[in-house]
Amino acid sequence: MAIVRAVSAVGNKDDSELTSPSCGEAGASLLSGIGVNAEYSAADTDASGEGPGEYPFTRGIHRDMYRGRTWTMRQFAGFGSARDTNRRFHYLLAQGQQGLSTAFDMPTLMGYDPDSPRSLGEVGREGVSVATIDDLELLFEGIDLGAVSTSMTVNCTAPILLAMYVALADRRGTPRARLGGTLQNDMLKEFIAQKEWISPPAPSMRLVTDVIEFCSNELPRWNPVSISGYHIREAGATAVQELAFTLADGIGYVQAAVDRGLDPEVFGPRLSFFFNVHNDFLQEIAKIRAARRMWASIMRDRFGASSDRACLMRTHAQTSGVSLTAQQPLNNVARVALQAMAAVLAGVQSLHTNSLDETLALPSEEAATVALRTQQIIAEETGVAATVDPFGGSYAMEAMTDAMESEANAIIERIDQAGGILAAVEAGYPQQEIAESAWKFQKAMEQGEYVTVGVNAYSDESAGSPVETLSLGSEVEKSQVERVIATRASRDASRAASALAELGQAARSDRNMMPPMVEAVDACCSIGEISDIFRREFGVYNDPAWT
Amino acid sequence: MAERRHRILVAKPGLDGHDRGAKIIARALRDGGFEVIYTGLHQTPEMIAETAVQEDVDGIGLSILSGAHMTLFPQLLQELEKRGAGEVVVFGGGIVPDSDIEELKKMGVKAVFTPGESTENIVEWVRANVADAA
Repeated sequence: MAIVRAVSAVGNKDDSELTSPSCGEAGASLLSGIGVNAEYSAADTDASGEGPGEYPFTRGIHRDMYRGRTWTMRQFAGFGSARDTNRRFHYLLAQGQQGLSTAFDMPTLMGYDPDSPRSLGEVGREGVSVATIDDLELLFEGIDLGAVSTSMTVNCTAPILLAMYVALADRRGTPRARLGGTLQNDMLKEFIAQKEWISPPAPSMRLVTDVIEFCSNELPRWNPVSISGYHIREAGATAVQELAFTLADGIGYVQAAVDRGLDPEVFGPRLSFFFNVHNDFLQEIAKIRAARRMWASIMRDRFGASSDRACLMRTHAQTSGVSLTAQQPLNNVARVALQAMAAVLAGVQSLHTNSLDETLALPSEEAATVALRTQQIIAEETGVAATVDPFGGSYAMEAMTDAMESEANAIIERIDQAGGILAAVEAGYPQQEIAESAWKFQKAMEQGEYVTVGVNAYSDESAGSPVETLSLGSEVEKSQVERVIATRASRDASRAASALAELGQAARSDRNMMPPMVEAVDACCSIGEISDIFRREFGVYNDPAWT
Repeated sequence: MAERRHRILVAKPGLDGHDRGAKIIARALRDGGFEVIYTGLHQTPEMIAETAVQEDVDGIGLSILSGAHMTLFPQLLQELEKRGAGEVVVFGGGIVPDSDIEELKKMGVKAVFTPGESTENIVEWVRANVADAA
């Protein structure tokens, strides 16, 4: 089924080895990248009789799946100041939520302090602003770090945020072994898709590996990296490309950790994944089933892991932001519901459902509530959670799962041949493949080959947008600028200076940077100051601007 | 088309890295016969204005999805003005609420395209408002 297409001349694609199987096959869905038949029969599959909770976990990681416990409804939130978000956290915990999921603002994500000229207009806008441990202290005021699980969606500054969390726990006397949570910390997909970076790919990988090693030794309940296909898909990848590049990233991290001398049996069970759930209902379920099966085999056959715990893929999922439309925005409720249903039928461990208004502005509280209610309706009203992998054994589903696996494996093989994912990323291979898919999709949509209801079909010019959107003022920016200046003025200046010098030395050595990072944040060094160490020691990565 | 190929700078200001739209617009304008310069990510308004002057562009398309449009558009206009390049046509696209679009137009942004707009319409608009005007 794999075919090789001629790649059109785009940008500076120069490595002919790195052309890939295409989604352009006749009959293949543009979104998924696999062909779809009108009818499937027993001849299309070789059903193995595999049960749920059994290696290679195609059918799910638990035997009783949601009967034991439903998936975690983990809505990602964060806004304004640490105090604003702390109030929201207390409200969510009072509602019975056990996991907190933190969204940071762009300056925090990119390693700039609120008073940097680069931060102007962006402080507290898309998430909470955290510049120093003083902000983190406020963010978690009154919350027992040993009792909650905290997810932090942050990448190039992930080591700094984790160091702050650990330093805060140390200050409060909470044992590190009790800290539970997830750090996204997936730098490969940043270079591939989301494009939040400070330094080049190789030193970025070193920092990711430092975190994996540190967690492996000190934080047994922490997930050090959430290997993410979500952003890859949003950037325009097909389902097959999302699957392939995500697992290739996973292989890259495991290999780096193994090269560091770490045991996959120890860190393997703490790796988690994050997939997109887009419009093609059946193919999306097939993608996640294939992902579990492929990962199990990667861990066992490539890396020699033998325990089920190290081989099973735990995954978060989120409905597709790019599938939502600004036109007739109420239709997005239906899209999100169908995508969320696919995620549940695929057996994910946690799920975020998008808000209907997010193509217009940051989500309003009402829209965010409808998104959460959508999950609750699926869990409580539809009955689908009562049966594990209900599509297992379906000719169509098994054939699609096989097709996802073989198409994605063909891409992974190419990446292996090109010297691994780091080399492929440095050459811009996934980046350009994704831009190509995005372009094809855009063209197909404009030519009416792909129908989006309310946009290129069933459109209604008279229908305005009937939703109230959220708007934010600039007060947060002003107060955050004042706070970071005050923290810098009041700290022990010589301790901060020597902590930064020590961190610079660690960067130049092959020592793990996490211990000196914990000391630096405890000495109130800011996210901007520590990122400046990365910039100075590792260099700054500039966008090659592949188009 | 005129003899000289009109030059458009497609730019991504601010810290946000979502460049799917910017890249698609760059490619659509190139296919539409324009000479396109894409800045790459994480540009400041100052850097964008500087590039615009150096490359002598006729128009600048800004892609902003981060919500920082009310800061970044006026800064760019100011930086262009400072360099005596106030005549460059500035347009943009992204997640921008209608009420903000009105205000941006008053400041001098010529058009703001929102999600779902076809590249064909955008290329047509640029042809009519940048190429003919220049």
